[in-house]
Amino acid sequence: MPLLSLNAVSRTFGTTRAVDHVSLDVNQGEFFGLLGPSGCGKTTTLRMIAGLEKPDSGSIVFQNEDITNLPPERRGFGMVFQNYALFPHLNVFENVAFGLRARHKTKAEMNERVSSALELVQLSGYGKRAVDELSGGQQQRVAIARAIAIEPALLLFDEPLSNLDVSLREETRSELRELVTRLGLTAVYVTHDQEEAFALCDRISVMVGGRLMQTGRPRELYEQPAEISVASFLGRNNLIKAMRLSSSNTADGEFKTLEGEHTLHLRVKHDDLAPLNKPVYVAIRPEHVELSMNNNNAENSLRGSIREIVFGGATSTVRVDANGLLVEALVLRTNGLEVNQPCNVILPPDHLTLLKNP
Amino acid sequence: MSHGLKRRSVALLFVTAIVLLYGVVYPNLSVVVSSFQRAGAWTLVNYREILSQRIVIEAIVSSLGLSVATVLFCAVVGVPLAFLFERFTFPGRRIFAALAALPLVLPPLVGTVAFIFLAGETGMLAHGIQNLFGLQSPPWRLRGWPALILFHTYTMYPFFYVLTGAGLRRIDASLAEAARSLGASQTTVLRRVLLPQLTPSLVAAALLTFMTSMASFSAPLLFGGDVRVLTLEIYTARQRGEFVMAITETVILAVISLAALIFFQRYEGTRRFAAAAMKGAPRRRASISSGTVRVLATILAVVFAIVLVLPVATLFLVSFAREGSWTTQTLPSAYTLANYQRLFGDPYAAEVFFNSFTMSAIAAVAALLWSFAVVTVLRRGKNERRFFGEGWRRLLSLLVLVPWALPGTVVAVSVAEAYGEPSLLLGSFVLVGTFWILPVVYFLRFMPLVVRALQASMEQLDPTLEEAAGSLGARAWQRFMRVTLPLVWPGAVAGTLLAFVIALGEYVASVLVFVPANRPISIAIASELRDFNLGAAAAYGVVLIVIISISMMLAGRLERLRG
Repeated sequence: MPLLSLNAVSRTFGTTRAVDHVSLDVNQGEFFGLLGPSGCGKTTTLRMIAGLEKPDSGSIVFQNEDITNLPPERRGFGMVFQNYALFPHLNVFENVAFGLRARHKTKAEMNERVSSALELVQLSGYGKRAVDELSGGQQQRVAIARAIAIEPALLLFDEPLSNLDVSLREETRSELRELVTRLGLTAVYVTHDQEEAFALCDRISVMVGGRLMQTGRPRELYEQPAEISVASFLGRNNLIKAMRLSSSNTADGEFKTLEGEHTLHLRVKHDDLAPLNKPVYVAIRPEHVELSMNNNNAENSLRGSIREIVFGGATSTVRVDANGLLVEALVLRTNGLEVNQPCNVILPPDHLTLLKNP
Repeated sequence: MSHGLKRRSVALLFVTAIVLLYGVVYPNLSVVVSSFQRAGAWTLVNYREILSQRIVIEAIVSSLGLSVATVLFCAVVGVPLAFLFERFTFPGRRIFAALAALPLVLPPLVGTVAFIFLAGETGMLAHGIQNLFGLQSPPWRLRGWPALILFHTYTMYPFFYVLTGAGLRRIDASLAEAARSLGASQTTVLRRVLLPQLTPSLVAAALLTFMTSMASFSAPLLFGGDVRVLTLEIYTARQRGEFVMAITETVILAVISLAALIFFQRYEGTRRFAAAAMKGAPRRRASISSGTVRVLATILAVVFAIVLVLPVATLFLVSFAREGSWTTQTLPSAYTLANYQRLFGDPYAAEVFFNSFTMSAIAAVAALLWSFAVVTVLRRGKNERRFFGEGWRRLLSLLVLVPWALPGTVVAVSVAEAYGEPSLLLGSFVLVGTFWILPVVYFLRFMPLVVRALQASMEQLDPTLEEAAGSLGARAWQRFMRVTLPLVWPGAVAGTLLAFVIALGEYVASVLVFVPANRPISIAIASELRDFNLGAAAAYGVVLIVIISISMMLAGRLERLRG
């Protein structure tokens, strides 16, 4: 039984569908990510979970209880805002104690819970400080302490690290994950940063244009994207337009690329086969493309010539023109490679993914 | 957001609507209705009679002409000063900048009196020149058009100075730099980059100046001479007992004011610039390279600073003048504390101060409390379209602004007309003739100030703070008491203080409806002046200025507290 379920939740602002029939389940103890480009509706989805936004249609269920119309203050979810939303007129202690005062806790319990929350975020002894005296990273920790002090049933994060600089962001990221795991909390985490989502989350939903495209573990999403939008949003990808060949009668799919007219073999299940004579997209990651200097008989080996070599530090990108089809390959070394040199690119069938039609 | 507070929201909406109905809708409607009625029948005869009188047409033309002239003169003085003092730095700049807004805080009546003491034909300047050159008669008479325009320019140029300065500060320095890098000359930058961006500020300044000038009463009354403006006509018509005439003229004045408001706001609406730029660098003030120009600028700053201070200094001096010691001399020949002793010893003066303080405090505190209801209602209307429609929200904000846009004369006349006899809304209670008429009029006139101050504070409030409080479990009332109120009260109280001090020196509306039981300070000043007790009138003015200065400093403190 999932802890939290969104059932076909929609929200429209004016004429734009910010969130369009989004359904998802979050399990107890899970670190769940909502990932997507800016404006994709992920923050609106989070705000509907928090109760700050009301869905136009659909329902939100938490622990078997419909909370769609419950005001935020009665949900008991802790939320960490993108700009932290610390109360400027209250000091650190009072900020963290805010939710406890609203719950009319005794003074002793409040003191204990505030100091343990501050300890958890390594800010013991900062209680008397004004919040504007703190650095960005420290303010961030206060926001987290404030959210966990109420012992939330669910912890919501709205791009909490986006205002930190890069080195601090990575450090805070691992601390955050450790903290949530240690306290046994369930978290929903909104971000547009794919690396951040991959590092933090057990499962991720990718949202594009208000719709939920795919939900899965980070590796699944990366290696088997279901849609073009997911494939192109998550890292670099070669998207090859192709058509299934009518002559194909094996269990494998046999496709002809529209550019270069190469024949490609894919390992796809029979029922996933694309319709005949209709263009579809086949995707392969640049790091899975192999480059070979000599002619060979490997499966899906295409003849071409090097168009461009882009040095990128640890790895470099080589663009190969295979009879009009441009393929990107990631290589460790560029020694001995030259522009216009003839070569073969090999697209291993195991790594070719057939994408759903958009 | 939360949905469980329907009852409280409805109560707030009710309070808001009741005040607007009693204070704005009904009085204004009853003035309009009365202007179209005679002997209980609908007719246009009032308008026909009034518009056939030369003196009324003249008053309309004079009011419009004076306002247009005031706008032009204030722009010509205020805008170049703003450029000079906002864009450049030189010795003496701060002296002027600190004093620039001084005329704005002078109550119009006190300013007028000070101006007469300084520049009137029996004032210090005229006496000085007369004595210096042994002239038989004063070198000028402070009367009519030149006097009015001079005084209006002195009191209202700060609208242009302050708003243009603020506009210039907002303009991203990199825009001018970008224009220069694209090959534009200094003058092209001014014409095609700076001025277009300043348009909203200039339009706003023109609007404020026009409306203030249209509502001006003290100066035309005391040294308008042959120039009869509408506010004065309405006052004299009421004095003569021609109430229908006063009411019809009031409607004409109100229509002109509202038309101006709509005209300017239309224009402003078409010229609003979104902040297209990313984070920009504010422009640094340039230092003037040429030595001569710098000296000239410094001299200019000092001269203007003296001009600004002179009327107040004059008032101060006269307030210490011994009775009869200032007849033909340049400066009073003998000084005394008697004027102030009278002010603090005389039971009549004490009563006047008590009246003004009580009535202004009642009006200001009521405005503060009520503004929370209005702003809450308006905000809820914005956040939840289900609460009430956008059209209603617009109407509400408009009604709140109406008393601000109307001259004080109109507010006073309309309240007097609506509640001058047993009425539909108040039953047998007649407001006119009681102590409460002035607190009510003060409240109506100055509550828009408080509402706007509170609205500005609320807009600065980060909406995620209330959301954060909600997610932490705080109910609506707790959110308001523990997050919203602590963050907005400095701004709201600053606005309330401002309303309080303006009410303290109010004259235009008070003179129309005051009764012996609530005689305010301004009426006392006017009667001292009429009895030629110049020292006593000046002493009242100085005390008012001191109270205003202290309040403004407090308000400034509060503003900084908020930032």
